[in-house]
Amino acid sequence: MTAIAGTEKTITTSAPGDVIHASPAGFGRDLTSIAGRALRAVPRDPAAVAPPVFIALFFFVVNIATLKKLTGSHPGFSYTAFEMATAILLGVTGVSRAPALVLDVQTHYLDRLLLTPVRRTAILIGHMTADVAVAAALTIPILVLGIGLGVRFQGGVLGAVLFILLASLWSLAFAGFGYAIALKTGNPAAVNSMFLLFFPFLFLTSSYVPRSQLSGWLDTVAGFNPVTYLLDGLRSLVLGNSWQWGQLGQAVAAIAVVGLISMTMCFAALRGRVKRYSSAR
Amino acid sequence: MRTLSAPPSHTDINTADRTDYAIYADALVRHFNGSRAVDEVDLRIPPGEIYGFLGPNGAGKSTIVRILCTLLAPTGGSARVAGYDVAGQPGQVRLRIGVALQEAALDPKQTGSELLNLQGRLYGLSGQALSTRLAELGELIELDEALDRQIGSSAGGMQRRLDLAAALVHNPQILFLDEPTTGLDPASRARVWSEIRRLNQQLGMTIFLTTQYLEEADELAHRVGIIDRGRIVAEGTPEELKRSVGTDVVVARVAGEAEAARPLLHAVPSVLSVEAHGNELVISTSSGAEVISPAAVALAGSNLTVRDLTLRTPTLDDVFLELTGTHIERNTTQEVSS
Repeated sequence: MTAIAGTEKTITTSAPGDVIHASPAGFGRDLTSIAGRALRAVPRDPAAVAPPVFIALFFFVVNIATLKKLTGSHPGFSYTAFEMATAILLGVTGVSRAPALVLDVQTHYLDRLLLTPVRRTAILIGHMTADVAVAAALTIPILVLGIGLGVRFQGGVLGAVLFILLASLWSLAFAGFGYAIALKTGNPAAVNSMFLLFFPFLFLTSSYVPRSQLSGWLDTVAGFNPVTYLLDGLRSLVLGNSWQWGQLGQAVAAIAVVGLISMTMCFAALRGRVKRYSSAR
Repeated sequence: MRTLSAPPSHTDINTADRTDYAIYADALVRHFNGSRAVDEVDLRIPPGEIYGFLGPNGAGKSTIVRILCTLLAPTGGSARVAGYDVAGQPGQVRLRIGVALQEAALDPKQTGSELLNLQGRLYGLSGQALSTRLAELGELIELDEALDRQIGSSAGGMQRRLDLAAALVHNPQILFLDEPTTGLDPASRARVWSEIRRLNQQLGMTIFLTTQYLEEADELAHRVGIIDRGRIVAEGTPEELKRSVGTDVVVARVAGEAEAARPLLHAVPSVLSVEAHGNELVISTSSGAEVISPAAVALAGSNLTVRDLTLRTPTLDDVFLELTGTHIERNTTQEVSS
């Protein structure tokens, strides 16, 4: 520390290279720093999280009111429990900080991050870590409503935790597409329209009626739709009387397949954007 | 290139010497879609210097800054910053430089304090060292209440100051400032100038400053490089550069094409050079007082009507005009408005 008498004022500060020794912070610290920033931004940007929860709650209530009587005749079947899985997916799919990353590109804040020794992958994984936490939080109001309407989990708290974990991991897997678009295009409109990608996944499956009620081409398509297996896995936690390990395994596999594709795409987009900056030789 | 404070030629410089410079560039080239944005640029900037990089918009200033800061790789040539190769050792370079880019690179939803904390954490600072540093910065850059407010709600001048503070968190050896005062009002501009001087004089920081403002380069820089179309066309201290176009400048504005009067003015004793651009004649001379009357007589002998005749000391714009045939400020205005 050096005390310096300035011409305009007296300041106490360090000369370059004195006292302060900048060094790479390490991957873990980079990750928590970036994730922390992303999480702090969530309450300041309620428009990013409030609509998905509202939509999920709205359709949860409306669908139960519309379809419960049609399906209520099956003994031991709760349409409320059945529909909660669909509501959860509506609530958490497409929720990510990818639009914030686009804003970082547009405001050049990404440049500021890239000028530091931060690991480039930590920028992306930090955002995704925050996304998992946000998705888990977003499931809570839907679960509370479901429990209030009589839904019970296989294995109690453990089943609920597993339910939240599957939903959050699915959210992460799908968010990869948003990050890929964000980093590839830097275009907020493109990122915001990403939810449209989910529409075919959502409707070409057993979202509203059991798969046994699907017929013809729709049943065939549903067989190739990973969301079908994810819904089956989630529903096994609220409809079954025992652990359905096969269905849970298929749900994890469906998330893994979608995640593998989306993560490959978004990390390739990250490499592309960083390469645009730094390796044009 | 007109070099007035001649750096050694690169054939004379061995690796040890290169690392002695704060910034060293050798035949730096950058292509964009086939066009050369940076064209064989050499730089030799010793530690502790404020180097002003002066040129109009689109001259290649920001591209060079982005290369030196490791955000952009050169297409050809090489550069070392703080002794490290920008292409081969970018991590080492990043630890030793601070950068405030042309547009303040900030997250409008963070508070000033959150911005600086995150910045410090990414440079490996923590605990007491980070707190002490943030307190120092708050005092050094006079951030006042901006630390607790969301950045988006701060005025443009304060955002620039926060950007500068973010660039200084890790106490860099070399500070890059890319047009730090563009868009600022005169009071904010004067404040930034004062901070730049303070950083250099009190902390000995090397500062690489790009600007399109003549008075900024003149006021702040120990040496100035004038860049036009990707090439450095002149380099020296502001005084050296201005002296190169004479001790005094006589400017005549005429009705009609000024070129016709050029031969008459060349014949006037003590005239060093005459540049004609549109309806303007710029006469460089070692003695303005001696030249102004004979120049007026010579102009009266032509068929041109003299609108005004001005005697003044040369500016860096006169240097730019002589070297490129155009005014830097006119050039800048045209590019900004296009």
